[in-house]
Amino acid sequence: MSATFRLPTGGLIDRDTALRFTFNGRSMTGHPGDTLASALLANGVHAIGTSVKYGRPRGIVAAGSEDPTSLVQIEQPFPEPMLTATTVELYDGLVAHGLPGQGRLASEPDPARYDAKHVHCDVLVVGAGPAGLVAALTAARGGARVVVVDEQNQAGGALLGTREYLGERLSQDWAADIAAELRNTPGVLVLDRTTAFGVYQDGFVLALQRRTDHLGFDAPADAARQRVWRIRAKQTVLATGAHERPVVFADNDRPGIMLAGSARTFLHRYGVLPGTRAVVFTTDDSAYRAAIDLARAGMDVAMVVDARPAAPSVLAARCSARGIQVRAGHVVTGTEGGARITDAHVAPLPGTEGNPETVDCDTLLVSGGWNPVVHLFSQARGTLRYDSELGAFVPGEELPTVRVAGSATGALDLTSCLRQGRDAGHAAALAAGFAPVGEVELPVSGARTDERPGMVLWRVPGELREGAPDTRFVDLQRDATVSDVLRATGAGLRSLEHVKRYTTIGTAHDQGKTSGMITAGLVAEELGVELSEQRPTTFRPPYTPVSFAALAGRDRGELHDPARVTALHPWHVARGALFEDVGQWKRPWYFPRTGEDMDTAVLRECRAAREGVALMDGSTLGKIDLQGRDAGRFLDMLYTNKMSALKVGRIRYGVMCGVDGMVIDDGTVIRLAEDRFLVTTTTGNAAMVLDWMEEWLQTEWPHLDVYATSVTEHWATIPLVGPRSRDVLAELAPDLDVGNEAFGFMTWRDTVLDVGAGVPARVCRISFSGELAYEVNVTAWHGLAVWEALMAEGEKYGITPYGTETMHVLRAEKGYPIVGQETDATVTPQDLGMSWAVSKKKADFIGKRSHTRAENNRPDRKQLVGLLPVDPEIQLPEGAQVVGTDRLPDPPVPMLGHITSSYRSAALDRTFALAVVRSGHERVGETLYVPVGDDLVPVTVTESVLYDREGARRDG
Amino acid sequence: MTADTSSRTSPLAAWADRLAGLAPALTVVERPFLTQLTVRASDPDAVAALGAALGVAFPADPCTFTRGDGPFGDVEVLWLGPDEFLVVARSDLDPRVPVEEALRTALGSARGAVVDTSAQRTTVALAGPHVRDVLAHGCAVDLHPSAAPTGTCVQTLLARAGVILQVVDAEAGVFTVLVRSSFAEYLAAWLSDACVEYLAGVS
Repeated sequence: MSATFRLPTGGLIDRDTALRFTFNGRSMTGHPGDTLASALLANGVHAIGTSVKYGRPRGIVAAGSEDPTSLVQIEQPFPEPMLTATTVELYDGLVAHGLPGQGRLASEPDPARYDAKHVHCDVLVVGAGPAGLVAALTAARGGARVVVVDEQNQAGGALLGTREYLGERLSQDWAADIAAELRNTPGVLVLDRTTAFGVYQDGFVLALQRRTDHLGFDAPADAARQRVWRIRAKQTVLATGAHERPVVFADNDRPGIMLAGSARTFLHRYGVLPGTRAVVFTTDDSAYRAAIDLARAGMDVAMVVDARPAAPSVLAARCSARGIQVRAGHVVTGTEGGARITDAHVAPLPGTEGNPETVDCDTLLVSGGWNPVVHLFSQARGTLRYDSELGAFVPGEELPTVRVAGSATGALDLTSCLRQGRDAGHAAALAAGFAPVGEVELPVSGARTDERPGMVLWRVPGELREGAPDTRFVDLQRDATVSDVLRATGAGLRSLEHVKRYTTIGTAHDQGKTSGMITAGLVAEELGVELSEQRPTTFRPPYTPVSFAALAGRDRGELHDPARVTALHPWHVARGALFEDVGQWKRPWYFPRTGEDMDTAVLRECRAAREGVALMDGSTLGKIDLQGRDAGRFLDMLYTNKMSALKVGRIRYGVMCGVDGMVIDDGTVIRLAEDRFLVTTTTGNAAMVLDWMEEWLQTEWPHLDVYATSVTEHWATIPLVGPRSRDVLAELAPDLDVGNEAFGFMTWRDTVLDVGAGVPARVCRISFSGELAYEVNVTAWHGLAVWEALMAEGEKYGITPYGTETMHVLRAEKGYPIVGQETDATVTPQDLGMSWAVSKKKADFIGKRSHTRAENNRPDRKQLVGLLPVDPEIQLPEGAQVVGTDRLPDPPVPMLGHITSSYRSAALDRTFALAVVRSGHERVGETLYVPVGDDLVPVTVTESVLYDREGARRDG
Repeated sequence: MTADTSSRTSPLAAWADRLAGLAPALTVVERPFLTQLTVRASDPDAVAALGAALGVAFPADPCTFTRGDGPFGDVEVLWLGPDEFLVVARSDLDPRVPVEEALRTALGSARGAVVDTSAQRTTVALAGPHVRDVLAHGCAVDLHPSAAPTGTCVQTLLARAGVILQVVDAEAGVFTVLVRSSFAEYLAAWLSDACVEYLAGVS
């Protein structure tokens, strides 16, 4: 099908190349330089989709991202919903269809790359229209680092939609010249197809660059399709232009009804006529130019309907000369048509002579004035002021780092825009510390010098016929009408924010770019208040829609969250370990042998630790070096027990509480020297504990001579566990007397391991299993070699690597709590049965005062106990509730507590659990019940230590 | 420090080939096993004494590092905070003269700390025509030579890993990144991914 509405010449398109595309099942062609919208119009297609609520046909209202109606779903090359046809650059093979307000996300993963990039500049210019270009050039010539972002695929802004001259040059060519100079200036980055969508504090601006969207099927897979630019600018110039504002009247939503300036853009930029016969309805001068340009291009322009009492004489005369009738003091009161407008009803306003008439037309162009694009200025916390002449909100103040230039200020003529651009660029560069060299010479514009604000008209006056549906659409995407606005005000809503939420006006993809101001006007009219006293709705990012894929960027898959690994990780992987995520760490969970399930593997690992020798990777334990004269004093305050009395060479277990007296962490404290300790923390709390220390040192006790340094990753830590651990270590540490006399429990020794040429190691007699155990610490560099040496040395004893699950079982058998599993920020050391670890002599420590509160001494607090299911085969689910009766009473059922840990024990040859239970310590020996499914499982309460209560095994 | 080198494995040893494959867009070389000591001191005399012990004055300005040749050879001192420094020395130091001991002696009775953190981080040297592009994908710091001249040293995020970033040669575009050992593989994977477009020759 030939493009019947394409002019033979003109426009910024390449007529020599045809691009095939399919829309709503129909094959058509367009050209490079087209948007999907312009290509559709060239093919005579106006009806894009249907409206979300009423199913009315909707077309193309605007030529840019402000368009409220032309929502399309892309199907090929990759499904993408909710794009406006006016912002989709045409490419060969595009398949799309119109949407009834909602689209469909792809069911398969998006194969495209998306990324982000940071950039810094002295001056950021948003918008490469006439004002922005001059601002950027002025700042760049002064030597400032300049970034220019522009939404279009080429510089020029509004100039692309006109055919005016700047000096001797066609304005489009002038814009291209400036853009070229900017690109060739060192320190200047010009980003086209890039929309600044969010302005934040301290000159931080986010912009989305559509890098390969326009290449369609030819987009290289290696290149990021879209990029979020994270721009930090000392100064920002917003040259964001203006959006044309429609006027509301009955049946104003039919395809073929379009903003006048947009029709002019389709003509000049794309060489497309919007139809064959047009009526133009305006309240200002700018639409006359559209009428004249379209008539000159061969379109039958029947009439200009001007709501103002008098038409502008010069422009009206030029219209008459072309046979265009001009009706001043008239308005369009309604339209006829179906999938396309067929007629416009024109009538005089009260006070104007004339008769209603009906004009046949397939195009109705509307202009109700211009709204400065103040979105980003408002996001920058700039206050807005209502300009009653323009009928629009304009920037109402100067900001120290954000300037506005061009039609974004409300300026209507090109000369003012250029001058404002130069001034803003100059001021921005100066504020950023650069003195611009000379003045950029501004071209002389003959156009729009006589531009005056038009008449402010939100809607054509007139009442709705009783019972008739309201077709006076305010927000065409949300199907919201004048009646909806009146219903909101009638319900007592006065704030625009409330009206917005009540009517949903401005909440669609376009965020009310063509409807927000009209809504404000209608509300003010209805309430009889001044718009200057109304606060506009808050402009929030994003200015235009941004996909989640773009925001996610490269933070997907393995890059979504760093997986922290230890020096031993490659060995675990090679050995087939399954991993457990602990914070960001990957920890071996268990090491299954061929054919083993988890239960079997864990029982085997547990048995090895209790009966032979086993080892695990404990490198993720947090380790903090504390140095300074007051290190002991500091630790006395951090831990509930006394650390300053610890002798050099010895180790003590400690519990740490918050100011509320609840357990926040536990671990061991090693005294390395009089003024030096090494503290271990739980894996997940390492950073928290370091921050906790710093907080106290920096805010409360800055006088203490203590320095805390994380050494977590300096060390590889390998607990070597089991009755044969001593034999294995003895062979690997020939200089170390590993006997119990010389190397007692809770002491440490430095030695050199017989690995390679000798590896220095620190060995600690610490046990988290109750077995004889040695914790071997070497630098992370040596971790792998030492682990492999231990494996080789222990082979004859059946040395077995084990993971976190076995560690959990072993410690639970001994009743050792895990912070975060047995505790949940409501558990005191006393609740855990650890009063022995809480000093009664120390004058003070964090949490001490709270331990004396009555609440913390209630006898019915939940306390840690062991639970043995009467049936030794039943493994209770962790988190299950504990109740006191063998039959559930009517709800609410009194809950006594819950299961915190539950395992199958090789050593006990049965299942067991740990639980926190009300008055648990007093209930030892009682039978309680645990609801599991429909059953109540009887359990016997025991002390929390279930294995080797006398501690006979720890010394081997 | 240990004299043994045969039984050491660096965090990015397994990545050497993959990282080498990022050239020419980006040259990434792990410089493993450097001696690193976290030094805390604020007393000016103590800081001066520490510098004298190394033959390299400690950096006086925030976010900078100093470099020099002294009794321990080529040594860098990185400013990490108002009273926090990282001393980075060669890996093949004579073990009979541990730099840790020398620093501890220089600190004397002044308030402070000296901690061996050699294996806490590994060191990655970055250069190449796209080094600033790649860094800009993940680092919010302005690395333009005018903002980050040679000698700049900042603690920041590179993608989602905390790093210490040194500007070794601003004009030539040479950087050093020190990353926690557990994050090194993540960073290597991120760098490899960030290079995809530059390796493909698309810019």
